[in-house]
Amino acid sequence: MSEFTASNQAEAGNAVGDASRYYVTEHHPENGTLLGFWMYLMSDCLIFACLFATYAVLGRNYAGGPSGAELFDLKLVALNTAFLLVSSITYGFAMLSAHKGFKSKAILWLGVTGVFGLAFLSLEIYEFVHLIHEGAGPQRSGFLTSFFALVGTHGLHVTFGVIWLVTLMFQVGKHGLTVENLRRLTCLSMFWHFLDVIWIGVFTFVYLMGTLP
Amino acid sequence: MSDHSNHGHDHHGHHHGHDAGGSHGSLKDYTIGFILSVILTAIPFWLVMAKVLPPGTTGYVLMAFAAVQVVVHMIYFLHLNSSAEHGWSMMATIFTVIVLVIMMAGSIWVMYHMNANMMPGMDAGSDALHGAHDMP
Amino acid sequence: MLDQIDLTKLIFGRLSWEAIPFHEPILLATFAMVALGGLALFAVLFKYKMFGPLWTNWFTSIDHKRIGIMYMVLGLIMLMRGFTDALMMRTQQALSFGDGQGFLPPHHYDQVFTAHGVIMIFFVAMPLVTGFMNYIVPLQIGARDVAFPFLNNFSFWMTAFGAILVNASLFVGEFARTGWLAYPPLSGILASPDVGVDYYIWALQVAGVGTLLSGVNLIATIVKMRAPGMDMMKMPIFVWTSLCTNILIVAAFPVLTAVLAMLGLDRTLGTHFFTSELGGNAMMYVNLIWIWGHPEVYILILPAFGIYSEVVSTFCGKRLFGYSSMVYATLVITLLSYLVWLHHFFTMGSGASVNAFFGITTMIISIPTGAKIFNWLFTMYHGKIRFELPMMWTVAFMVTFTVGGMTGVMLAVPPADFVLHNSLFLIAHFHNVIIGGVLFGLFAGINYWYPKAFGYKLDAFWGKISFWLWVVGFWVAFTPPYILGFMGVTRRLSHFEDPSIQYLFQISLVGTLMIAGGIAAMLVQFIVSFMRRKELRDWSGDPWDGRTLEWATSSPPPDYNFAFTPRVHDNDTWADMKKMKYVRPTTGYQPIHMPSNTWAGFVIAALSGILGFGLIWHMWLLVIVSFVAMMAAIIIHTFNYKRDYYIPADEVAATELAHTRLLESHV
Repeated sequence: MSEFTASNQAEAGNAVGDASRYYVTEHHPENGTLLGFWMYLMSDCLIFACLFATYAVLGRNYAGGPSGAELFDLKLVALNTAFLLVSSITYGFAMLSAHKGFKSKAILWLGVTGVFGLAFLSLEIYEFVHLIHEGAGPQRSGFLTSFFALVGTHGLHVTFGVIWLVTLMFQVGKHGLTVENLRRLTCLSMFWHFLDVIWIGVFTFVYLMGTLP
Repeated sequence: MSDHSNHGHDHHGHHHGHDAGGSHGSLKDYTIGFILSVILTAIPFWLVMAKVLPPGTTGYVLMAFAAVQVVVHMIYFLHLNSSAEHGWSMMATIFTVIVLVIMMAGSIWVMYHMNANMMPGMDAGSDALHGAHDMP
Repeated sequence: MLDQIDLTKLIFGRLSWEAIPFHEPILLATFAMVALGGLALFAVLFKYKMFGPLWTNWFTSIDHKRIGIMYMVLGLIMLMRGFTDALMMRTQQALSFGDGQGFLPPHHYDQVFTAHGVIMIFFVAMPLVTGFMNYIVPLQIGARDVAFPFLNNFSFWMTAFGAILVNASLFVGEFARTGWLAYPPLSGILASPDVGVDYYIWALQVAGVGTLLSGVNLIATIVKMRAPGMDMMKMPIFVWTSLCTNILIVAAFPVLTAVLAMLGLDRTLGTHFFTSELGGNAMMYVNLIWIWGHPEVYILILPAFGIYSEVVSTFCGKRLFGYSSMVYATLVITLLSYLVWLHHFFTMGSGASVNAFFGITTMIISIPTGAKIFNWLFTMYHGKIRFELPMMWTVAFMVTFTVGGMTGVMLAVPPADFVLHNSLFLIAHFHNVIIGGVLFGLFAGINYWYPKAFGYKLDAFWGKISFWLWVVGFWVAFTPPYILGFMGVTRRLSHFEDPSIQYLFQISLVGTLMIAGGIAAMLVQFIVSFMRRKELRDWSGDPWDGRTLEWATSSPPPDYNFAFTPRVHDNDTWADMKKMKYVRPTTGYQPIHMPSNTWAGFVIAALSGILGFGLIWHMWLLVIVSFVAMMAAIIIHTFNYKRDYYIPADEVAATELAHTRLLESHV
């Protein structure tokens, strides 16, 4: 059956008539993972849009309870914002190392990113527990419900991001900086930066504007 | 056989991570982005904590700063440009932003009218005193 | 002893023997039938040792063609349940006047109309539409599969497990009694403390994830995997409508996910998104759910429009008239579908200025659809029309859907809507456009592409019987509701006092029975076609003299679809190739890189289904265990880097040459 092997590639082009006008012998479509992941991020963006819209509508329904001005500790929020922003740039360093092929450095920077991510989460959990302790939990009013939903959903995303990050640290450690792993790192990079973008909306719209009368 | 599948993967990712969408930044990009973000974050926080401007104006200024910082993040961290993924990333982003604006502006407009017509006695922003405003 | 009680609560939540409806004869009879049918099926599968192949070749398959077929099977099975609900409602309404109470108490009737809507939209229309897009799009663009084959398998199983949850509600607990969109405060914890709304929420959340990922998958496929030379404006129209549909899916389904999550939080944690006190706003739910809901109906209709475009050009032997304007019309519809949502709740009180805006946008959105109808008509003009079944369904669509669209424009006028909202006129309108538009399109598509998928045509005689029963039955069933609605009769009622209108409900029942006949005829069509498959065999792969690339393959296509990726030069690529006397290559075959089957999609989806069941019944231990297991399964799956294999070149050659010889032997 040797007539059907790759060595006859040249022949295929000379097949009957100009049939080769209508086909290519080898075709490798571009990988769609990055585009597909970007589409998913756009859909995630719209989940947050929904939560922002709900906050916009319910955000002043204090129901006789505490308002944002009374509850928000802006210094804490500033610290958390700093954590997230720094984690964004440390992830950037991880990507730069990865593209240069420096496996250990990449894993190190990933670890640093994870630490900042966990710091962000710890501070946020502390804030939530404190609010609930003060009777300002999500069941208190429409304002607090929408606050906890929006900020909490963001926190949940960061949590899943950290789990993904740890998993990738193991996978890069085990298999190295293969094409597949670089693709996965790029996807997580998009996810991580996207969460920082959402946080811009959160600290502006919820915390800062929520403090204004 | 383990080599076989790696070979298969390389077969498809023939350019090392350089598919149309795999644009990545430089140290310069990340640094510029970081510094700009710090500035664009610090100023809003300062404006609110120090009560520099009247509240209405502050609100608009904050939204403007947020919009600019989002663009900074998109360009310097997410490397979004009109050639990434042959322009599809940019188109998808623009479409998403349009839908987002329609959803938010639409919901606020609609719900403002709904509240005004259908929730008598509930002034926006006040703690509702249900007892004093019972519907007949 | 106190510990023992806590343990039972922890494991079983609020699930108890009372959840099984021993005291409802209709449900017991249904369960008996399902159990018997299930056992019979099990016995057949066991006898012919089909479990192994079913798992290996179908359930774990990542082949878009098999997944597409599984979606169709799911949709058609759920059509039986959704239609049974319809039959029950029509019968109840025909009987229940004055002293007569019919046979369905309100408690049960309310679940029936809710389940009918949920099933028809989410588990019949969506799977059937998705099934078509999955099967046909890769073939039409000259690709070997979708962009993310594993994700495709996972998406299917998420939809399937959502359907399983809805079906579970029939026998364990009950379903929601709120209507298919479950508005609060009725769907809130105070008015609906039972599990019904929770079944609704979790079935839709699970299925919704599947749909969203399918949307991402198909967009990436269409953008990235078109054959060389197939620019955007050379894609078949079905691919264009699929692209726009999937853009709508990715942009709309997140809203549904968020809203249902908020409703779930209200019910489970006592939050105040949509409650009547402490700052909630139930109107916000209606607002958000329709921001999803309107794009959803375009998600359903656009693929059907794509099918009609393909069918009309094929069966008139002509290129589609006005290709560019069809594309622009589709894009305009996609964008405008986000600007009309308030027309679903004109009466909720937003006032004249808001209502006027949305009324105008609603009327504007009918224009591009009108343009499409004209394009189809102009395609037919001076064409050599062949009235095969797909074309018959298309003509029925043009007449039926146009009427439905016109009643839509009537409803778009806010003052008219104040009279007609939530009346039977509204019911008639949306069934008119969904049945006349979506369902007729799906039937056209089934008759059109069945030979491609299974290698033999469907029997035309039984198809025509099904067609006439459906079309006539539809009009007999839905003209009375138009009249009744116009007179002021409200929807979702299970009992009436005025006997002078009873005859209209009875006529409607007759129409419904005709439709039942149409469905039965369709099932007979499938059986008879299978029995006659040798006579009806499609040996050429191109039984209709088609114009697009899927007809360039054998019927059914080989696993890899195309041995050589096609190179495209013009629209209607296959018609172009036939015109230029294209000859199939006989040498030069390469080994083909294929993705492997996987268990992961099924397992992760099954765990999601179990997670949903646990959340519904407050079985918190099960929730934690299934969630952890799900995360573990996902992470384990990502550690699997070896997901592919190669089909050797000589196997490809043998398959291709066999088909070439078959074609030559019939010349």
